[in-house]
Amino acid sequence: MFFQNAPANTINYMIAGFAVIYGVMLAYLISLVVRWKKLEREVEELKEIERKGE
Amino acid sequence: MESTPRWLKVLDYITATMFIAAILMVFFYAPTEAVMGAVQRVFYFHVASGWVGMLGFLTTAVAGVVYLKTSCRIWDIVGLAAVEIGIVFVFITIVTGSIWARPVWNTWWTWDPRLTTAAFMELIYAAYIMLRQGIDDPDRRARFGAVYAIIGFVSVPFTFMSARMFRTIHPVVVGINQPGSLGGFDMTPRMLQTFLFSLLMFTFVFADLLWRRIRLGLLADKAAQMKMKRNE
Repeated sequence: MFFQNAPANTINYMIAGFAVIYGVMLAYLISLVVRWKKLEREVEELKEIERKGE
Repeated sequence: MESTPRWLKVLDYITATMFIAAILMVFFYAPTEAVMGAVQRVFYFHVASGWVGMLGFLTTAVAGVVYLKTSCRIWDIVGLAAVEIGIVFVFITIVTGSIWARPVWNTWWTWDPRLTTAAFMELIYAAYIMLRQGIDDPDRRARFGAVYAIIGFVSVPFTFMSARMFRTIHPVVVGINQPGSLGGFDMTPRMLQTFLFSLLMFTFVFADLLWRRIRLGLLADKAAQMKMKRNE
């Protein structure tokens, strides 16, 4: 009787849900950082080419 | 090297602090729901992610209107930044909803009006990103993006209202549940406080990510202009 009144055991689904939330947010943050670094490098290279061209 | 603005750093710290506080509230402050158990805790971030997604699409529509009025490139960059964030967070909403649905509805997915409209909304904005990439001329691309964002925004209130307008099993937080809805629950004061705090925290996450994504867009624009100048 006691167990019939207890909440359902859904802890695995909760873990999966939060893994998706943190995982996707972290992946997006990493993608922002990677793209930022790549663009910064690109701009620096272009500036260097401009300087050499002058 | 571009330095991070002071206020962006402040926003980073506030957002990170709020994020930790929200996690603590979700796991230690809010009580366990009596029927669904632990999986109900996903609800706080599931709804908040949906809110960020819709906020992103609203920002894009507003940026589209302003771009069409001013033709100022920054608004195109804002629009693209907001769409990207919106897509990421609506994706989180859809996947976490599916995970929640498995034990509560006994299925991962059903073509319920709310789920269907949310999936379509996501696809509409994914198409926005893909179609933009097919246009080379920046001004044409920005004009197309602005018009598309304004028309595409129709899907946002439609998705929000779908659980109220149609017969659906998806529960609603604000308003009255449909007779056949499954998984609705009455929020205790602690649940409500956690929910409202999560919404506020995700709004800060949105502002922080938007600022960072706009900076990325501006840097990409700078690189593109330098390349064009070089090729002339």
